[in-house]
Amino acid sequence: MTELLTAEPAIESASALEADDGGRAPAVVLENLGKRFGDGAPVLENVNAVIHQGEFVALLGASGCGKSTLLNIISGLDVPTSGALEVPADGAAFMFQDSSLFPWLSARGNIELALKLRGVGRVERKLRATELLELVNLGQAAAKRPHELSGGMRQRVALARALAQERPLLLMDEPFAALDAITRDLLHNELERVWRETGRTIIFVTHNVREAVRLGQRVLLLSSKPGRVVAEWDVSEEHRTNAGAAGKLTGDITDRLREEIRRHA
Amino acid sequence: MPETITSPLLKNGSADEMRSLEAGLDSLQSEAVERRGVDWSRLLLPLAAFVVLLLAWQFYVSLGLRRRDLVPGPLDVLGSLGTLWQEGNAQEAVWTSLQRGITGFTISIVVATPIGLLFSQVRLLRRAFGPLISGLQVLPSVAWVPAAIIWFGLTDATVYFVMFMGAIPSIINGLIAGVDQIPPQYRRMGQILGASRWEMAVNVVLPAALPGYVGGLKQGWAFSWRSLMAAEIIAMGGSLGFGLGSLLEQGRQLSDMGIVMSAILIILFVGIAVELLVFAPVEKRLLRGRGLLAGSTR
Repeated sequence: MTELLTAEPAIESASALEADDGGRAPAVVLENLGKRFGDGAPVLENVNAVIHQGEFVALLGASGCGKSTLLNIISGLDVPTSGALEVPADGAAFMFQDSSLFPWLSARGNIELALKLRGVGRVERKLRATELLELVNLGQAAAKRPHELSGGMRQRVALARALAQERPLLLMDEPFAALDAITRDLLHNELERVWRETGRTIIFVTHNVREAVRLGQRVLLLSSKPGRVVAEWDVSEEHRTNAGAAGKLTGDITDRLREEIRRHA
Repeated sequence: MPETITSPLLKNGSADEMRSLEAGLDSLQSEAVERRGVDWSRLLLPLAAFVVLLLAWQFYVSLGLRRRDLVPGPLDVLGSLGTLWQEGNAQEAVWTSLQRGITGFTISIVVATPIGLLFSQVRLLRRAFGPLISGLQVLPSVAWVPAAIIWFGLTDATVYFVMFMGAIPSIINGLIAGVDQIPPQYRRMGQILGASRWEMAVNVVLPAALPGYVGGLKQGWAFSWRSLMAAEIIAMGGSLGFGLGSLLEQGRQLSDMGIVMSAILIILFVGIAVELLVFAPVEKRLLRGRGLLAGSTR
């Protein structure tokens, strides 16, 4: 299920491999991960994090903290220059800020292509695509092309396509940043429901503290230049339903994020 | 920059409420696509433009500034067209040329498409041969007629060779341009979806490059039709059949301006017919399917 990718001699990782309190195995392990492009300043330095299977982690950071680079490394699109990481062997599904749907395919066609490239047979593809479209409440819009859909609908098709990849790990790079507030609230509910129904491990990158608290079970704060995990908060169900608790946590995290940004003044 | 702290986001609403809210937003935010029936202005406007030009032509001729046998009027040309039609010359010429044009163009597509795809995917090949292909596209294919006559004599091979030299480079270049214009996120998405090199070419690169490819085909057709006419005008006799170019050249030899104008008009109309009946519908369909038609004058 997991493989070890090393850029330097593997570092002792016994502690990281231990299961967490809930008994879940780690899905992603990052150890002293570093990345620099050419001779430039490092984008990521000594990133350490363990993300467990089925966990929803929000990765929070200001601009230039290397969030996207980190996701690219986890997905295998890029390689680290130092440190080690452990990721699911069959890679990760990915969702971007723009839906990146193929404009020549309908909503259904886009989902079916993801299934086809996984080697799913024609009949099975049709059934599965219908299921996934229903999961994101888009059964009616199956035949529409991306340009006929609203931004929120496109992102839901993109979510269905990411789920069609059947990867245990789902990486999301600010997927709702370009949406209006009403649609975004709705998609938060939708994503949470999909996460509960499918049991995926989700790493959700955002620069929006409220979004991080609304969605994540855990919020990791990444510093900027170089990127490194500098703080971490657990988010309980109370933080999502009680305005007082939510406000306090959001305030704490925002203060810490601002402190991090001020260091660069 | 973090936003100022506003009230936190909270979970609210039942699943059913969310579902209906979502359905409402979907119908508010996505626009209904209108589909209209036959648009008569598409037919009537070109026809009106044609009539205006015809009237201008008749008006110029009726001024009597030039000898009638040098500048015939629309009615004179119509007369010689009728004669050509009755003798069967017009039909024969159109049929011969169209047959050659379609055969040559089809072979050009079959040859050029894999080459274009290969060049667009393999950097080494493209760097090596790209400039040469562009050069060939700029070189007027008529320039190949003398060489072709020396190599192949007055046979069909000469005509086809000249057509290939015109059409193949422009189809290759059209396909390469189409591939170059693919937004990088499509390939990245293909990579994330786990496409192999072949799957990427078939499922992502080709469909994404289709508008550019069709543009290249259209230009390729124009080049092959022009090259064909040029070859037919220059190379006559031998085992060569009687095409539209031959008709044109015959008119010149007979100093019959009626035949010359008739041939030119027929060549023009074949070009218009192919554009309206073949390329325009394909292009329109392609662009509409991708939402690229909104606001265009097409």
